[in-house]
Amino acid sequence: MTSSPAQSATIGANGMPVPAEEPRRPPVLSVGPLGWLRANLFSSWLNTAVTLVLAYVVISWALGLISWGVINAVWDVPGTGAQVDTSACRAVRGEGACWALIGEKYRFILFGLYPFDEQWRPALVVVIFVALYVVSAMRRFWNRWLGLVWMAALTVIGVLMWGGVFGLRFVEQERWGGLPITLILSTFGIALAFPLSILVALGRRQTSMPAVKALCVVYIELIRGVPLISLLFMASVMFPLFLPEGMNIDKLLRAQVAIILFAAAYLAEVVRGGLQALPKGQYEAADALGLSYWQKTGFIVLPQALRLVIPPLVNTFIGMFKDTSLVLIIGIFDLLNTAKTSIIEPAWQGFGIEAYLFVSAIYFVFCFAMSKYSQDLEAEFNRHRRR
Amino acid sequence: MPQDAIADPRYARAAPRRGLRLSWRDPTVRSIVWQMVIIGLVGFVVWWLVSNTMRNLEVRRIATGFGFLNREAGLPIAEAMIPYTPADTYARALLVGILNTLRVAVIGIVLSTILGTLVGIARLAQNWLLAKLAAIYVELLRDLPLLLQLLFWYALMQGLPGPRQAVNPFGSVFLSNRGIKFPWIAWEPAHTAALLALLAGIAATVLLARRFTAQQMATGTRPKLWPWGLALLVGLPAAVWVVMGAPFTIDAPVLRGFNFQGGATITPEFAALLLGLVLYTAAFIAEIVRAGILAVHTGQWEAAGALGLSRGEQLRLIILPQALRVIIPPMTSQYLNITKNSSLAVAIGYQDIVSIANTTLNQTGQAIEGIAIIMAVYLTISLSISLFMNWYNAKIALKER
Repeated sequence: MTSSPAQSATIGANGMPVPAEEPRRPPVLSVGPLGWLRANLFSSWLNTAVTLVLAYVVISWALGLISWGVINAVWDVPGTGAQVDTSACRAVRGEGACWALIGEKYRFILFGLYPFDEQWRPALVVVIFVALYVVSAMRRFWNRWLGLVWMAALTVIGVLMWGGVFGLRFVEQERWGGLPITLILSTFGIALAFPLSILVALGRRQTSMPAVKALCVVYIELIRGVPLISLLFMASVMFPLFLPEGMNIDKLLRAQVAIILFAAAYLAEVVRGGLQALPKGQYEAADALGLSYWQKTGFIVLPQALRLVIPPLVNTFIGMFKDTSLVLIIGIFDLLNTAKTSIIEPAWQGFGIEAYLFVSAIYFVFCFAMSKYSQDLEAEFNRHRRR
Repeated sequence: MPQDAIADPRYARAAPRRGLRLSWRDPTVRSIVWQMVIIGLVGFVVWWLVSNTMRNLEVRRIATGFGFLNREAGLPIAEAMIPYTPADTYARALLVGILNTLRVAVIGIVLSTILGTLVGIARLAQNWLLAKLAAIYVELLRDLPLLLQLLFWYALMQGLPGPRQAVNPFGSVFLSNRGIKFPWIAWEPAHTAALLALLAGIAATVLLARRFTAQQMATGTRPKLWPWGLALLVGLPAAVWVVMGAPFTIDAPVLRGFNFQGGATITPEFAALLLGLVLYTAAFIAEIVRAGILAVHTGQWEAAGALGLSRGEQLRLIILPQALRVIIPPMTSQYLNITKNSSLAVAIGYQDIVSIANTTLNQTGQAIEGIAIIMAVYLTISLSISLFMNWYNAKIALKER
């Protein structure tokens, strides 16, 4: 055991005992909460001024928000449906939120025109989707069974939404709406675009097949050069012209195809980044083992390349999830469109802020969860690089 | 051939000839066959789609071609940067749309670059409150769909009171559901001339700065730039303006009846679109800037500090020029995104190229031509931005020997 400073101080340099000294503490102003405040908020005159101004702005905004969203808010209005009386909301317009809108319309915003008594079905679909995402995010489930789980889950979702079997009432696709549409468009969009994007990314790296490479380059650059809206317009007004007479595909499926084609081009560039980042030695070693092209790609290249690009892949997924809201423009009832439609009745006109805040919260939960997940994964993959 | 050459094992075997063998084992043959199969498949699908389209167009009696562009549009456009009436042709209406797209894209790119850089730096600030607020801003705005944000801002604009109860924050600036009204000088030729003089002044200053730099390289002394700059940037335009009679009348908005007269207007559609685009893109740019600054080695900060530079100078003179090399490539894709995202204008009724082309194709039934025009316009803009940014990137790239 080493002697404590107090003990070692009892014998001075000349061998004479000196009076024991209290261990000296750092100045009060540089440790603890006070020290933290001084270092991080009031380190200089400029910093102090910035802190004070920001604190004033934040506090006044927060107070305003609380008085608008809680204190002056209207939580309930008399009447329902067409007989609703929103005069209480109109009276506090600008000073208080009208949360009564959400109370009245949340079923419509979440599930659209789906038959009211059957809305447990889309609700269950949402739960299955969320469970599917959670399971897929856990690394311990990253094995071959995951694909089967996905197929089973998507089948169950199809059965629940359409019905017509197992005593479930048939619900035609025109009546679907709200959150399930957003989840279906983004999940199927990503699930189908991902394999396509791998093929395109591999094709773009085929130097020995110039024709295939050119095809892939043109596809990627063309799609990435135009906005998603133009593809959706194409799906909604041009696609019917492409098909032989009598053959008709419904609007949701057409939009889905447009989203898949769009997502695949962006994902392909991410995957290509991973393929390029893989050291050349991996390709050469696989060749040296005598593996065929598809063996090399499937067993050596893709498992490593995809692992490298998981964080940007998740970021692209988030982008696609947000971009599905664009189907509003061609008139598909996704979550954003139901929110926009919920305030179309004269009684509720002008309460758009409340409806949009409600769906913002839903979008935010999904996107924030995904982005946190991607950040955590990135930190984990980069752990070996950190000092 | 000499005897010892044959004994050398290197000459014992002839190198395999790289000729073409008609065998499935020859990779060249295989790749040619595969390419022919794939091209054939794609070609077949394209042919099938085109032939279907032709038949459908025939059945529906839709004429193809761009002849409709010369017809009268009859479509009103609320804000046009060039003179336009509904009696003009479709071609001119589309041109107005392209200019509207470019207007929002250019202003959006400039503003979001400034805001994004500030937020990105703020997120790294020593001030805890500032850094946290910047982080909350970025996380919140990045995780909400842009279209939702646009609709939100538009709803907020429409929630403003009518012109008669317009909010008047200061001076004669009025906020109402008709847009933002603010005073503006009555435009006269003298102002245009002064503006041109300013542009000439900027060009001259840049040239002068280059010459001075060359002189510094050659002689080691640098002449003072700022008196020249002041004269060229302020003096020249002012002189032109004074020579042309120095006209200056302020055109302030005044409430007459149910609406404002005079002044300049920012329509609610344009304001909502610009606000949404700038706030959304700035969140992404902030992250790019932050990553770029973090990518500069800590030693650079320390070395700059050892030279006695203040933190602001360290950032401006040492860190940002180095961070720029990391920042530019992802920034390019954000500029492309803002241009493409401006197409969401159609959802809130700002008449950009997508909105006008969409109305055109609904009025004329020329779906294919309308969408081809939209795509061609965006491809052209995207390619131009890419080319410019690649040139800029090459210019600021590390000059290595």
